[in-house]
Amino acid sequence: MSGEVRVVVAVVLQTVVVVVAAPFLVGVLRQVRARWEGRVGQGLLQPWRDLVKLARKEPLQANGSTVVAWVAPVVVLGSGLLLAALVPTVTTAGPARLPADLFVVVSVLLVGTVALGLLGLDAGSAFGGMGSSRHLTIAALVEPTVLLAVYALSVPVGSTALGPIVEGRLADPGRVVAPAGVLAVVALAIAVVAETARIPVDNPSTHLELTMVHEAMVLESSGRDLAAVELGSWLRLSVLLALVANLVVPWGVATAGDGPGLPALAVGVVAVVVKTAVSGVLLATAEVFMAKLRLFRVPELLTGSFVLAFLAVTGSYVIG
Amino acid sequence: MSLRGWLALARRTGRIAEPAAPRPAGPAGEARADTGILAGSVQVRHVDAGSCNGCEIEVAAAFGPVHDGERYGARLVASPRHADVVLVTGVVTRNMAEPLRRTVDATPRPRLVVAMGDCARDCGAFAGGYGVVGAVKDVVDVDLEIPGCPPRPEAVVEALRTVTRR
Repeated sequence: MSGEVRVVVAVVLQTVVVVVAAPFLVGVLRQVRARWEGRVGQGLLQPWRDLVKLARKEPLQANGSTVVAWVAPVVVLGSGLLLAALVPTVTTAGPARLPADLFVVVSVLLVGTVALGLLGLDAGSAFGGMGSSRHLTIAALVEPTVLLAVYALSVPVGSTALGPIVEGRLADPGRVVAPAGVLAVVALAIAVVAETARIPVDNPSTHLELTMVHEAMVLESSGRDLAAVELGSWLRLSVLLALVANLVVPWGVATAGDGPGLPALAVGVVAVVVKTAVSGVLLATAEVFMAKLRLFRVPELLTGSFVLAFLAVTGSYVIG
Repeated sequence: MSLRGWLALARRTGRIAEPAAPRPAGPAGEARADTGILAGSVQVRHVDAGSCNGCEIEVAAAFGPVHDGERYGARLVASPRHADVVLVTGVVTRNMAEPLRRTVDATPRPRLVVAMGDCARDCGAFAGGYGVVGAVKDVVDVDLEIPGCPPRPEAVVEALRTVTRR
């Protein structure tokens, strides 16, 4: 196989693996939480069962909703799929024409975020609008942190593409424990928790509309629209969690240098599944022992993570 | 409590959930062939149409750690648009008759309406009250009934298991 074909195979494989595994990751998060609460739990397959059922149900739309009600879920899902293809999870190889550049990735994230915000506004219900307003407030505070944190990681590599950043950490493991790198990864981890609507920023299992952020925006979606929004959000969660896991523990990822052949890809798949599952267990366990922050305290947390990212950028120039 | 205290508590308590009862015989919604796609995954929207809150306590218990209705694939959700089952408790009062109709209309098909408790089935102790429109079946079509005042959480879980078929 020529190099070009190998890259395409690697990217397609990476996308398929993320799409298949994302609902399982959500299943792991829910199962770990259930076990901590003394429950039996619904099983790892449940999110897949929910998705299949939703896709087969009749989609209903609220009175007065517009074309946004069915376009936005497709955009959310599309942005999730694009993230799954771009961000180095299984392999650091990527198509040369569309690099997994910092700005590309953050823009793709933002497209999904804005589509979700518009979806919340579309039906004109009070809770949807409230959720969108909160969601976009949080997004406005999170995106600069993501940009700065990844920028700090890109300084020692000399490239803002995510693939070379992960490869750089693989080649020089000293960077993983360098102060600037640690600061940047911590800032990024906090931003990822906020971006994917987890505790302490948002509670994914809440039934209380007044505390909802993500859930409030999807209250009016049903059937396959809801399935698309849910899968899109789960893809985003899995990709970002896998990215943080790959930055902290870069070993196992299939690098672009080795072509990447099938054996390297197989190792990459196993490595990313294990890493993401472990970080999912840690995330769910941390969530059990934590309460959701009051909404007005969330900017303090996000400002804190921004400061960490800023220190990381400064540090990476001063101490390298 | 400190973090260590919580960890010790979680380890000491272990699994609180009762052992699973055998699967109830006979698929439910027998008359409804279209509910087959709900097998394994049922989202429940609970509507209080005028209940004394006795049934609400039992609903909470059915989805609490002890009875853990979620292990059979049933889950409470916050919106009728996400739901497959509308679980109605209490007599239907004047103020709740129209909201109940709208909630059922907002639930995508295939859907089931479950009347939970004696009040929802035939007005129970509130029959003939001046604020009462009637039982749930007088307002919307009911597919499944759970008797009891209030029904035990086991009965709620069992009724939902006939829909999830797990």
